[in-house]
Amino acid sequence: MLRIDRATYDAIVAHAREDHPDEACGVVAGPEGSDRPERFIPMLNAARSPTFYEFDSGDLLKLYREMDDRDEEPVVIYHSHTATEAHPSRTDISYASEPNAHYVLVSTRQHEKQTGLAGDDVEFRSFRIVDGEVSEEEVEIVESYLFGHSPTTVVYD
Amino acid sequence: MAIEVRIPTILRTHTGGNKTVEGSGDTLGALVDDLDSKHPGLKNRLVTEEGKLHRFVNVYVNDEDVRFTGALDTQVKDGDSVTILPAVAGG
Repeated sequence: MLRIDRATYDAIVAHAREDHPDEACGVVAGPEGSDRPERFIPMLNAARSPTFYEFDSGDLLKLYREMDDRDEEPVVIYHSHTATEAHPSRTDISYASEPNAHYVLVSTRQHEKQTGLAGDDVEFRSFRIVDGEVSEEEVEIVESYLFGHSPTTVVYD
Repeated sequence: MAIEVRIPTILRTHTGGNKTVEGSGDTLGALVDDLDSKHPGLKNRLVTEEGKLHRFVNVYVNDEDVRFTGALDTQVKDGDSVTILPAVAGG
């Protein structure tokens, strides 16, 4: 299961909307082994394409070096599909090489600017991709990670 | 002195979990052969059957992407630092 805070979820969706009709991409880094996506890092799609995305090679090196210095890893790797469903494509699967990461797919095919309709919707789904095998997982949105690792709930004694 | 090579998570199964390994060679290709002799299977993950670097990996010698410096023919020497990263890409 992917547990992600509301602000980060919203930031990913906003990035996907903004870059539409090109694919948007990025990472949410977190402390190694924590499985907590904490640091939202939008990346430039060097391919600038509606059907492909790729981190620029220089940006990629800088990103990994920075995460290394901070003892972080990519907890979430996200990108958008702009005309198809939010499910990993064959190309996505062939490139996927972070078995510990949550691969988040966002689809902007139904978002407002695409359809011109009021019924605005952006799909947000999460997958594991290990050895070419894709498995979808639940997404839980928590209000904040600030007060511990669990959703902020009010408990009345 | 040797050449330090940083290994990404996905390839650490070949290096006993180590993040960095050391090797030697005059070119990146020779270095990869040397690494493969100590960490069998590594070369297969980096180099295609046609002898070219896989498009799924990025290799840097001292921060320079080797795609722009001659790929496997890139010159390396003791003290250089090599970083291997999986490309983050898709469709």
